[in-house]
Amino acid sequence: MEIFQHILNALQFGSFYALIALGYTLVYGVLRLINFAHGDIFMVGAYIAYFVAITLLGIGSLNLGIQMDPGLALALTVPVTMVLTAVVGVALERTMYRPLRRKGANRLYVVITALMAGLMLENGNLALLGASRKRFPDLIDKIVWDLGGGVSVTNLKVIVIVASIAVFLFLQFIVTRTKIGMAMRGISYDKFAIPLMGIPLDTIIVFTFILGSSMAGLAGILFAMSYPILEPYMGALIGWKAFIAAVVGGIGDIRGAIVGGFLLGFIELGVVAVFPSTLRDLFAFSVLLIILWLRPTGIYGVAQTTKI
Amino acid sequence: MQKHTVTIAVFAGMALLTVLAQFGVLDRYYISVLMFMGVNVILATSLNLVNGYMGEFSCGHGGFMCVGAYVSSLCTVLMFSKNAILGAPLLPPYLTFIGFPLALLAGAGAAAVAGLVVAIPSFKTRGDYLAIITLAANYIVISAINNMEIIGGPRGFMGMSATEVGMKSVVDIPWVLMFTMLGTLFSVWLLRRFVSSTLGKGVPAICQDEIAAEIMSVDTNRMKLIAFMLSSGLAGLAGGLYAHILGYVNPQSFDIMRSTEIMVMVYLGGMGSLSGTALAAVLFTVLMEALRFLDVWKWVVIPLLLILLMQFRPEGLMGNKELADLFPKLRKYYSFK
Amino acid sequence: MSLLEIKGLTRRFGGLIAVNDFNIELGEHELVALIGPNGAGKTTVFNLISGFYQPSEGSIRLKGQDTKGLRPHQVTAAGVARTFQGIRLWGEMHVLDNIRIAQHYRLGYSLMDCFLRTKNYALREKAIDTIAWELLEAMGLKDCAYELPRNLPYGVQRRVEIARAMSVKPSLLLLDEPAAGLNSSDVEGLITLVRWIYDNFPVTIWMIEHQMKVVMSLCSRIKVVDFGSTIADGTPEEIQKNPTVIKAYLGDDTI
Repeated sequence: MEIFQHILNALQFGSFYALIALGYTLVYGVLRLINFAHGDIFMVGAYIAYFVAITLLGIGSLNLGIQMDPGLALALTVPVTMVLTAVVGVALERTMYRPLRRKGANRLYVVITALMAGLMLENGNLALLGASRKRFPDLIDKIVWDLGGGVSVTNLKVIVIVASIAVFLFLQFIVTRTKIGMAMRGISYDKFAIPLMGIPLDTIIVFTFILGSSMAGLAGILFAMSYPILEPYMGALIGWKAFIAAVVGGIGDIRGAIVGGFLLGFIELGVVAVFPSTLRDLFAFSVLLIILWLRPTGIYGVAQTTKI
Repeated sequence: MQKHTVTIAVFAGMALLTVLAQFGVLDRYYISVLMFMGVNVILATSLNLVNGYMGEFSCGHGGFMCVGAYVSSLCTVLMFSKNAILGAPLLPPYLTFIGFPLALLAGAGAAAVAGLVVAIPSFKTRGDYLAIITLAANYIVISAINNMEIIGGPRGFMGMSATEVGMKSVVDIPWVLMFTMLGTLFSVWLLRRFVSSTLGKGVPAICQDEIAAEIMSVDTNRMKLIAFMLSSGLAGLAGGLYAHILGYVNPQSFDIMRSTEIMVMVYLGGMGSLSGTALAAVLFTVLMEALRFLDVWKWVVIPLLLILLMQFRPEGLMGNKELADLFPKLRKYYSFK
Repeated sequence: MSLLEIKGLTRRFGGLIAVNDFNIELGEHELVALIGPNGAGKTTVFNLISGFYQPSEGSIRLKGQDTKGLRPHQVTAAGVARTFQGIRLWGEMHVLDNIRIAQHYRLGYSLMDCFLRTKNYALREKAIDTIAWELLEAMGLKDCAYELPRNLPYGVQRRVEIARAMSVKPSLLLLDEPAAGLNSSDVEGLITLVRWIYDNFPVTIWMIEHQMKVVMSLCSRIKVVDFGSTIADGTPEEIQKNPTVIKAYLGDDTI
């Protein structure tokens, strides 16, 4: 019975990885760019959620005189956060990645820019807001359902897991059934042919960043609600791990991001169940490394062949 | 005689610095900055071999530095220092002159072996996938050490100052400074000899067209092995020196931030330029010190500088040219090929 | 013992049969051509010989030795050099370095020699240098020794690529469409160059080529493939008159 408890915990943690991994994989699929700043966009999302929430609740530093009840605040915080986080993501694209794309710069330069942008976000946060951690306000009452046999699940856990599955289905629908999704897939095959077919490349790219960043923002809120202590470097480790998860799943493929994210969640929880928790990262990275060694293109990845 | 000007100048400079340090003209702060400069030069030039010449994206160089730091520290502490777990020193202080360099070599060797973790996958994968493997390797090293209580775990490991104390008790001169300068010289010398030979040129050949290289008789696996192991081995040397400069190490000093710092130096200097990277390492060390007053903002300004660099001068300071390409007259003053 | 002996060579890519039961025997010092419409599998044969692909069936024997499982650089060390359909020179290195690196399999010095700059290293580097300069001089490329390939005209880049292949000192030289993209005066130059190489080096030259002028004026033997299978094999005169060949190139007359 206890195994179900573990499975639920793994699913919950895996959901965060999956949501963040989705952002990596969407951008990589379209731009062949590892957006190293993405983990920090997740962090920004969490902080945006914090500020929006405390403003709406009328507590803490940002007092605009509003005092909403928590349920309503939550209902507003989610979309507002997602929109604002998407704005951050798009801003990054417009100011830093697009100029390099215009110049036809080597992909490496864009990757380095992304890495640096992430560092700026982390340390900018630290510099502006100080080192003290922020505590995310409670927006929903915790309800615990006892499923018997020592297994219990909170409503928050359910929300997180359902959210990630819903997001996956939503994105899968967009990518496979809409015209814009088809354009996204087209760009990943041949960036140059797309504008020649009358499809606005920049618009698709902006759309991709909106999708990816807002998902990171959603992950930010959910994470903040589940683990209410926020600090500037919270996105770093999770971001790197989610990225590795995306690659193990097969980067560029949405199914890969979901599978990779949940796989990582399971590996981590599996390790912690057997070994002391300090070994969690070590084992998780080692297992991922081994998977990549055996299957270098990831689970859903397609090997790229070169013709000579 | 003229042909040896550069060599003589370098050694004279090193001698001068030693003298200045010995007689207190240079205070401790400047001495330590010089030493960190040397360490950074080794780190940046060794990473340049993989990220610049070979064109890979290794983001885990800090991990190899860590291996070197810990292995060499364990050796010297075992030999020369009192430690709660490892016990009393095994050897007398006058043997530090042999013990220290041997410990450094051991650290470098261990780091070179650790480089295999990245070298072997590189036979079949390149680019983004290899980048992740380097990333994961960095994390694994840090994580592993965090879990080894016997060497201090996350709290770190100390006792390395006993080595310099031991050396100074025999002859009181700034030994660690000298070893650092020698180590820096050695690394750059080694790398230069490698990349200027036809053997070493197999590495950029792989970078520019791996298939052509393979078909034109370059044993690509062997070249990758040499490049990765040389690179990580020298990072291990830098780690060993770093540990003995500080007298103390902890795993956090070798994490992704460290790896990023080293990458900044490489891209600032220009991938594919040994002198450019060395110069950038020196400048970067100075910059880090100069910007110290900014505190936390330092790590907002430095990434910003690099972003601007990528926008306006992505080839860095020197692109893939060496000093001798920009100042051809320099060729008269040195004789090494 | 023949230089190159290919028996029953077949290569499949999934359901596609790129090369089907290819057979050939080449002796020392021959000039042979491999022709056929696009997509016939010619480059695939070269890639199989180079070791870039492994055969699905059949065998390739170089001087009696089976090349199965050999990595490309080992095949080259055994005496096979080639050029590519698109020029694959190393763009950031000058011409001289491009030529020198092709001698990697017989550097003759170890890593230690390299670090310590031993006498052996100096001697071997000088030897590599000498061979490179001799080739450049002989092929009229001395003036562009320090140029980057991208700054050279296409025709010159071709010569450099061929010089690089010759630097390997091969017994078998594979030229993949050497005349592609060359204007008519460059083609003349190419024909002269190939003839010169043939006359001055103990090498068998096997070329894939579409330009019939080159093939007919140089080669003593022509092998024709289509859809992976051999459809004709013989002297230039025989091939010119062969109806199957004509049909493959020009299509069927009947409506």
